[in-house]
Amino acid sequence: MQNQQEINRLKNIVQELLDEAVKQGASAAEAGLSQENGLSVSARLGDVETIEHHCDQGLGVTVYFGRRKGSASTTDLSSASIKETVSAACSIARYTSDDNYAGLPDKELLATEFPDLDLNHPWAISADEAIALAIECEDAARSFHPEISNSEGASINTHQGIRVMGNTLGFLHGYASTRHSLSCSVLAQRGDSMQRDYWYSVARNALNLEPAVDVGKKSAQRALRRLEARSLSTRQSPVLYCAETASGLLGSFIGAISGGNLYRKSSFLLDALGTQVFPKFIHIYEQPFLKGALGSSAYDGEGVATKARDIVSEGILQGYVLSTYSARKLGMQSTGNAGGVHNLTITPGQLDYPAMLKELNTGLLVTELMGQGVNMVTGDYSRGAAGFWVENGEIQYPVEEITIAGNLKDMFKNIIAVGSDVDYRGNIRTGSILAERMSIAGE
Amino acid sequence: MEILNLARQSILTPVGIHDGDIEKIMSRLLSSPVDAADIYFQSSHSESWVMEGGIIKEGSHNIDQGAGVRAVSGEKTGFAYSDRIELPVLLEAANNVKAIVRQGQEAQVGLVKAANRSPYYPSINPLKSLTDQQKIDLLRKVDSETRKLDGRIEEVIVSMVGVHDSILVANQDGSLAADVRPLVRMNVTVIVEENGHREQGSMGGGARSDYSCFIEEDQALEYGREAVRQALVNLEATEAPAGNMTVVLGPGWPGILLHEAIGHGLEGDFNRKGTSAFSGRVGERVASDLCTVVDDGTLAGRRGSLSIDDEGTITEKTVLIENGILKGYMQDKLNARLMGVKPTGNGRRQSYAHLPMPRMTNTYMLPGPHNPQDIIKSVKKGLYARNFAGGQVDITSGKFVFSASEAYLIENGRITRPVKGATLIGNGPDVLTKVSMVGNDLELDSGVGTCGKDGQSVPVGVGQPTLKIDGLTIGGTSV
Repeated sequence: MQNQQEINRLKNIVQELLDEAVKQGASAAEAGLSQENGLSVSARLGDVETIEHHCDQGLGVTVYFGRRKGSASTTDLSSASIKETVSAACSIARYTSDDNYAGLPDKELLATEFPDLDLNHPWAISADEAIALAIECEDAARSFHPEISNSEGASINTHQGIRVMGNTLGFLHGYASTRHSLSCSVLAQRGDSMQRDYWYSVARNALNLEPAVDVGKKSAQRALRRLEARSLSTRQSPVLYCAETASGLLGSFIGAISGGNLYRKSSFLLDALGTQVFPKFIHIYEQPFLKGALGSSAYDGEGVATKARDIVSEGILQGYVLSTYSARKLGMQSTGNAGGVHNLTITPGQLDYPAMLKELNTGLLVTELMGQGVNMVTGDYSRGAAGFWVENGEIQYPVEEITIAGNLKDMFKNIIAVGSDVDYRGNIRTGSILAERMSIAGE
Repeated sequence: MEILNLARQSILTPVGIHDGDIEKIMSRLLSSPVDAADIYFQSSHSESWVMEGGIIKEGSHNIDQGAGVRAVSGEKTGFAYSDRIELPVLLEAANNVKAIVRQGQEAQVGLVKAANRSPYYPSINPLKSLTDQQKIDLLRKVDSETRKLDGRIEEVIVSMVGVHDSILVANQDGSLAADVRPLVRMNVTVIVEENGHREQGSMGGGARSDYSCFIEEDQALEYGREAVRQALVNLEATEAPAGNMTVVLGPGWPGILLHEAIGHGLEGDFNRKGTSAFSGRVGERVASDLCTVVDDGTLAGRRGSLSIDDEGTITEKTVLIENGILKGYMQDKLNARLMGVKPTGNGRRQSYAHLPMPRMTNTYMLPGPHNPQDIIKSVKKGLYARNFAGGQVDITSGKFVFSASEAYLIENGRITRPVKGATLIGNGPDVLTKVSMVGNDLELDSGVGTCGKDGQSVPVGVGQPTLKIDGLTIGGTSV
């Protein structure tokens, strides 16, 4: 197979680089190489707007001289450049300090099994076909309603890449993967009120993308429903995070239990292992071996085997999210999370989206968040928001130009319900999340 | 050596590409009837050093080089890029992108040197301005001097980044323009602890210069002192109020408000497409008559400055708002042509692998008549926002948000106590109409800004004098 040949060629480059590092005196080294090709097209107002051909490659190496390390990267994969890149990394390692926690992973933690995770489904689509599909998507949005007044266009992206990773402990593996997406963004206008919204679909296999027409229609519906949004008076109320915004809440949770923030003591969940962080009904786990999923991987960014594991069960924190370095700093073992989590999932509840609105009863449905405003050290949370005011389980009107604030520690503990309306498009899989009470600031 | 030759030497010589090859690629691009075409060559070398826990923990050296080929016809753009700067690869790229237009014809292009002007920063390689030993000695000095400042300091993280970026742009008229762009940045983050309570402070700066700018006048140590000061202020801070109140923005970095609330909405692409809350409003009042806002790529050595933009256009000082009236937008070539105006030198791209679009350079408000102390004195109850962590805007609805990292309550004309967790939210087209006082203390930021748009990051500058805004929504936890 052509792919396998290319993977082998790139594996040879990585091996050559590791050998060169040892030759230049490194006691250990690790390297990663990626190569990606892609096509992006966009259409706006019924005609093609851009066609982009992508072609990326990159190589990164970290060398260790005992407990000192140096890193270098390049986009040039020629033999001469590889030698120079290794030299640059070695030269840097002459100036970094001895760091007792630095080094390659423990050999016994490295992945040895590489199941087929069904990640590689090239999409044989020509630029012309992609343009036609983008136009179809945008047409569906523009013709959806007379108040759809303008468009930022629809786009199709398809990427195919190979990643190879190796180290001087004998780990050397490569795999091919694909990623395709379809998105549309349109504007709605009524009087002076102008609003924009979008929708997208993303998948490893183009067959699993939502139909172009559906993506277009949803983008139109989403823009329309925001028209004539108003602010709210300052108040406190329960807040329902829709599935897309709920994944951000879980992202903050993962940040707080990540090794880097823990060993720097920059987390509001220091020493929370084994304690009640969420209510009893919450179960959060990683699924690295899900076939065809966006966050699937047999090993992490250091070659450490990933594990299907519970992070929270019955609301109690079961484990942190650690790389080799952060684990050693904490006197623990890597959890296979160098580079992040793998298909983090919160067990869906029984209630679908309309039932979650009923559960909210009267309060704020948040569909968009803006700005930073999350303090990892203290858990203080204050972000710009837009969404809908809900009364008796029914959406009343769109709202914007408000902020919602609280403390993540309290917000997590007081979650009332998780919906069954899971958003499967990202590496964090969650339904909508109902938070008990937050401060809303507005006009 | 002149810049064009310097750039040729760092980008083209190592890969064996000659002017004749560029002419061949351009001729290939122009064999379809395109409105515009360019070839962008780039070679970027960067390094970063991090000190944490009292040790030099990380260092890295990165090389990123490649070329991007673009053809534009009407509103249509074809684009391809490669990390391999090789003639056959780039000819193939040219074939791919000119397919945006159908029919073909013969074309011949001869390269000529673009008109140049003296640059706003030296054509130097900052990575070579200190030896590696001197770089880590500098980090160690900042670390140890900062740690001495207060007993409550738990951790100090010092990072330093240097970039040596060379670019060459060939345009369809055969002009070949070049730029050598040094960029350095340093940052100090401090974590303090008192009675089990932890807070953080951060300060940094940078310039289109070499590392000497951190050594002169002990600038680097000043970042450490400022980071400690902010962290200690945050230890004292109590919950921010929630609701609508008068806000006084401090000078300098709080100019990020202009960048988010106003600047993005005045970029040419959104206005050509009619998707900005400011679309079609040139000549209208969008701010109080105290407000004059410019975008200025020509400031010497500033982080957001450029001698030419990424399309080879000479940068300028563009008046966006004059005495409250919207004067014009920031343009790249494509949007300027489609809107029938002049490019303003705002065509920027993150790298050869990205398409150019209208982006800001250094955006700031000119000083006004008021004494900053008088501005504070005029407020009965309000918020004084001295520093911000970052912001975001929805171009279409005009809604923007940003988070204060250092803020104080103003009560009866006096700054009383620090508050934390204040998020400010407002409406771009309204906010400057509520500016009732403008200070005489214009400051530019210290050189830390990075702006993101459509997934592309570019260095920018912001600035402003002290401003009083009559009514912004503050999102705090204390109701």
